[in-house]
Amino acid sequence: MQFFELFMRAAFVENLALVYFLGMCTFLAVSKNVKTALGLGAAVIVVQGITVPLNNLIYNLFLRKGSLVLGEYNLEFLGLICYIGVIAAAVQILEMTLDRFFPALFNALGIFLPLITVNCAILGGTLFMVQNKYTFLESVTYGIGSGFGWAVAIAALAGIREKLRYSNVPEGLRGLGITFMVVGLMALAFMAFNGI
Amino acid sequence: MAGNKTKDVLFNPIIHNNPIALQVLGICSALAVTTRLDKSLTMCFAVIFVCAMANASVALIRNKIPNSIRIIVQMTIIASLVIVVDQVLQAVAYGLSKELSVFVGLIITNCIIMGRAEGFAMQNTVKDSFIDGIGNGLGYSMILLVVGFFRELFGSGKLFGITVLPESIYQPNGLMLLPPSAFFIIGFLIWAIRAYDRDQVEHDDSGIGHTHAH
Repeated sequence: MQFFELFMRAAFVENLALVYFLGMCTFLAVSKNVKTALGLGAAVIVVQGITVPLNNLIYNLFLRKGSLVLGEYNLEFLGLICYIGVIAAAVQILEMTLDRFFPALFNALGIFLPLITVNCAILGGTLFMVQNKYTFLESVTYGIGSGFGWAVAIAALAGIREKLRYSNVPEGLRGLGITFMVVGLMALAFMAFNGI
Repeated sequence: MAGNKTKDVLFNPIIHNNPIALQVLGICSALAVTTRLDKSLTMCFAVIFVCAMANASVALIRNKIPNSIRIIVQMTIIASLVIVVDQVLQAVAYGLSKELSVFVGLIITNCIIMGRAEGFAMQNTVKDSFIDGIGNGLGYSMILLVVGFFRELFGSGKLFGITVLPESIYQPNGLMLLPPSAFFIIGFLIWAIRAYDRDQVEHDDSGIGHTHAH
């Protein structure tokens, strides 16, 4: 029950895209049609579900003060460089594994994986995990949940933008401008999850 | 013409080629830290510093970086610089650094910095790259400060924490402090910039078109 609650909170109440504005660059750039958006969303769920628990292990085993391996040293200042390294490496390994063993999946997700290394939603998920001091199991739930929330948000935005093509938008607002407005309205709607 | 080029490199990113408004880069943090001006200002200095130093460092070793691992090298340089900023902030302004929470760390994945290191510093001299870093940092700062100004002024009637609009005149609009307002303000800002500079209007109605970077 506790994990279900954490999952729902990570996915909706603390939605990475619409409440914390993370992963915005890809969120705005790759949301022109639903199919690509779903592909990217799936890739984010997978990578988030792997990197957050992995970074959680690194934090608890090596970095934090009183850690299990390097007990007396406080290496928290090395956190950022370790996390980004882990993310880059995990994405690279995932890409190679998919290519070798699941070519179909690789073809579907392939082009999105490199994009994900510099997606702030991934690093943001790890940093929130550290800030909230999640245990290992909680971090698994949080990783998958927050990835899921991001995927839902980008799929919804892509759906809206597909329809938006048929509307007559003022000249200067076309493209990026109106997308910001739409995302603003979506964020407003997601605030309704607050307090559940 | 060297003077002219320097000037272009420094000032172009502010209006004509603004990283946030035109290239859709680095928006994440721009939205999240703008509820108060002092937070925005701290973020601006951090980004200008990291962007300029990362650009200069990458340019300095650009001929020695093997092509296949250049992204990792750039990442490492940027991450080290961000750690410096983070540690300095924690030492000098602990309260502010707590409030900025994860967003200082997220400068690493700020696409402006990555984008400039990869797109400009890899081909240009140290001096030009340094100035380009400052220019792009300033372009980012401009949007951040404008958004922060409106959000703090209309959200809580204050600027830098000092009351400007007392409640007897103006009833603060709490919506301005919530996430959605940041999107609206940036949307309007892009509209304003494009109304001023008509070349930036997107005619490709299939979406963002050619302006996005990745």
